[in-house]
Amino acid sequence: MGALGKPIILMVAMYVFLKFVLPNIPGSAPLPSSLIVLYLLLTAAGIVIFQTLSGESKDAFWGPMQRFLTGENIGGMQAIRYGVFILFPLLVGWQTYGSTAASDVPPSESRTIHPAPPGEYTGLSNPVQKTPENIMQGKGFYAAFCSPCHGANFDGKGPAARGFNPPPANFADPTTIAMLQESYLFWRIKKGGVGLPIEGAPWKSAMPRWEAELPDEWIWKIILGEYDGAHQSPRTWE
Amino acid sequence: MQQGVGTIQRALRAVGGHGGWLAGLLLIAGWLALPSIGLAAEGATTGPTEYRDIPYIGSRNLIWIVAQLHLLLAGFVLGVPIFAWLCEVVAWRGGEKRYDKLAKEFTKLLTSAYSTTALFGGILLFLLVAFYPKLMNYLTDIFFPSFLLYCLLFLLETATLYLYWYGWDTMQEGRKKTLHIFLGFLLNFFALFIMIVPNAWATFQSSPVVISDGTAIERAWAATWNPTWWPINIHRLIANVVLGGYICGAYAGIRYLSSRNTEEREHYDWMGYVGNFIGVFGLLALPFAGYWLMREIYQYNQQMGITLMGGFLSWLFIIQAMLIGVLFLGSNYYFWLGITYRIPGSESKYRKPMLWMLVSLLLCLAVWMTPHSLVASIEEAQKMGGAHHPLLGVLGVMSAKMTVSNLMILITFMSFVMYWRAGKQDTAGWATFGKAVMGSVLVLASIAVIVLGVWGYFVPAIVRINYFSTSQVLIVIFVILTITPLTALLLKSAKTTTEMVWGSMPPRAGYALVLNAVMVILLMTLMGYARSSSRVHWHVYGVMRDSSPYAYSPALGSASLIMAFCTFSFCMIVAFIFWVATMGDKAKGGHGAAKGELPHGIPAMAGGSPDERR
Repeated sequence: MGALGKPIILMVAMYVFLKFVLPNIPGSAPLPSSLIVLYLLLTAAGIVIFQTLSGESKDAFWGPMQRFLTGENIGGMQAIRYGVFILFPLLVGWQTYGSTAASDVPPSESRTIHPAPPGEYTGLSNPVQKTPENIMQGKGFYAAFCSPCHGANFDGKGPAARGFNPPPANFADPTTIAMLQESYLFWRIKKGGVGLPIEGAPWKSAMPRWEAELPDEWIWKIILGEYDGAHQSPRTWE
Repeated sequence: MQQGVGTIQRALRAVGGHGGWLAGLLLIAGWLALPSIGLAAEGATTGPTEYRDIPYIGSRNLIWIVAQLHLLLAGFVLGVPIFAWLCEVVAWRGGEKRYDKLAKEFTKLLTSAYSTTALFGGILLFLLVAFYPKLMNYLTDIFFPSFLLYCLLFLLETATLYLYWYGWDTMQEGRKKTLHIFLGFLLNFFALFIMIVPNAWATFQSSPVVISDGTAIERAWAATWNPTWWPINIHRLIANVVLGGYICGAYAGIRYLSSRNTEEREHYDWMGYVGNFIGVFGLLALPFAGYWLMREIYQYNQQMGITLMGGFLSWLFIIQAMLIGVLFLGSNYYFWLGITYRIPGSESKYRKPMLWMLVSLLLCLAVWMTPHSLVASIEEAQKMGGAHHPLLGVLGVMSAKMTVSNLMILITFMSFVMYWRAGKQDTAGWATFGKAVMGSVLVLASIAVIVLGVWGYFVPAIVRINYFSTSQVLIVIFVILTITPLTALLLKSAKTTTEMVWGSMPPRAGYALVLNAVMVILLMTLMGYARSSSRVHWHVYGVMRDSSPYAYSPALGSASLIMAFCTFSFCMIVAFIFWVATMGDKAKGGHGAAKGELPHGIPAMAGGSPDERR
């Protein structure tokens, strides 16, 4: 049972860690089941690889399973074996039913967060000079128009943020605006959620279409203010 | 049965080797193109025909499948001569005859695959002309000088290949051998150009450079030298070696599993090792080339870059991570099995290092496979506060991916070094010092790669892309270039404590080789789709719009079906080619000669084997 017991303990420990320990680390959150399954699959692959590196370890690992499945010299475990043979197909059937039956649970989301911008918005450079005055002005516009949702600290935690799903973007996160060119932000601010292309389906964004209210120059200044306030730099090629 | 096999062989020879294939497959192509002729008539009433279609399967799907199969076959045919020739050179300079025999066996596989590749190229051309006449007119107008060059190259490549293969046995000694080596060089030289010329046509569609004035040659040259041409050339060159290596490994794996005597087991075990080594050797460099290609695409056009890496095609890169992960695991597993089974007594010594390497690989893989935007139900997304996990979300961006891919390359390289060193005892006086230097280099390099990866989050993107990522790559190259010669020097004076035992690998080693080959094929079909789809609704990006009914990107699920079909079909085609190629071995084996007397890899190619002509 040694060679088989350790992998079982490892799999259980990994599941407990991913499901109950990791979400409770400060600043963390529960993991979606897709990620838990992915990590468990990797763990299982690692176990199989390691246990089959030599003939002895392979026999110690597969042997008990093989004996159990073939019923060879398992003595009093025969009843459990028959139980597994009956329960396993039922479990598979239940899982299949559960995944195909009509349900009121909304489907998983795999929306494209950053769809490609239209051609006319690619390669634009910010026409507003990066001066302290322009940045200050941009921050002022940001405070007036953007901070209610995106937050005074540029962290996506404005007073109105809690009302939105998905939540407003956190600009202080190095994986958001720091990955994008200024022209991309210009497009998103100007056209808003309603201007998302087909690729951005199901168009879940409450971002207003600011072109109706703000001149282009203000939008460019807001972009300067956002990057400066969030301590990030836009993606450039120079 | 043997009589039947003999009849097939005679029939094949009677029609000039591959003539039968050619005729049969051209008939199928003609049959497939028939409905398009009927549909063409409809288009002809309103003006020049721009598109034709074919019922049920659809013209785009058919082109997709044939193009992908042609590309896979071409990758194999252009990749194998590189290492077949290198093996021959090793045998020539080092005097180890087994490398010459191996090179010949690789070339045997090549010869039979070559005509099939050309055949699929012909079918693809017919179908393109039939289904996309407007596009083909446009491309011909720009590229016709290179079309002529391509035809010439093809003639030269074919002639060189036949001379190289059929002259193998007669050009074995003295100056004749030198000539044969030169022929092998020429074969690779022409093969390189045969690859890069059509690459220009494909990359032009993605990143076109169009000049309206100038001569035909000037226009063709400008279109050829487009921004993604050389990144694709380098990426495909390396990928072809990887594909060729792993397919040869899979071939050896299957032959190993079906071998009936010790001699065969030893030979195919060794051949499998060489195939895996070649695959890994290329695999170590492939992520660098891929990164350069993506960087050039991003720089060329932000829209295309985002479509690929951040838009709807970004999921393909998560699948890519999974496939590359399996490939890394499979290759390392094969090395580790080699240590355990080929070098008796090594298992206890290396089991712990293998465990640590495995755990490190899995951790890296977990990072690589973690998407930035997670697949989550509404409820799960609400708990996370969006599609990004607050803690693990940072693993979803390039800084993390580049770091772990570099670490995985380092680990795989160390797996190879461990295999290389197993069964040997250092005797050099400086051995302890040398090992300390190597260990320090490895540890410091790993730390530097991780530090640069973490630091990458806190600097502007351009600093990360231009300096940090390239530094990570240079560090890994430095490690490889430092540890390889040091190990070689150390092993020069080392005492062999345990002799390598070939032919003792368990069956799962053979299956691992097959799995690796399937993963590489899947990867190529996946990224082929990604590259083509990044043009979205353009035939030639920003220049010629796709106005056919197929001007949309297929859903990822539908695309994956075609990818799987292409992978399966390619495996079947390769299996068939190899079966035909080895038919002669079996026939000879059954005609009375003792098995032990037969050299391995007796070819049974078009026109008969060289041995038969003696």
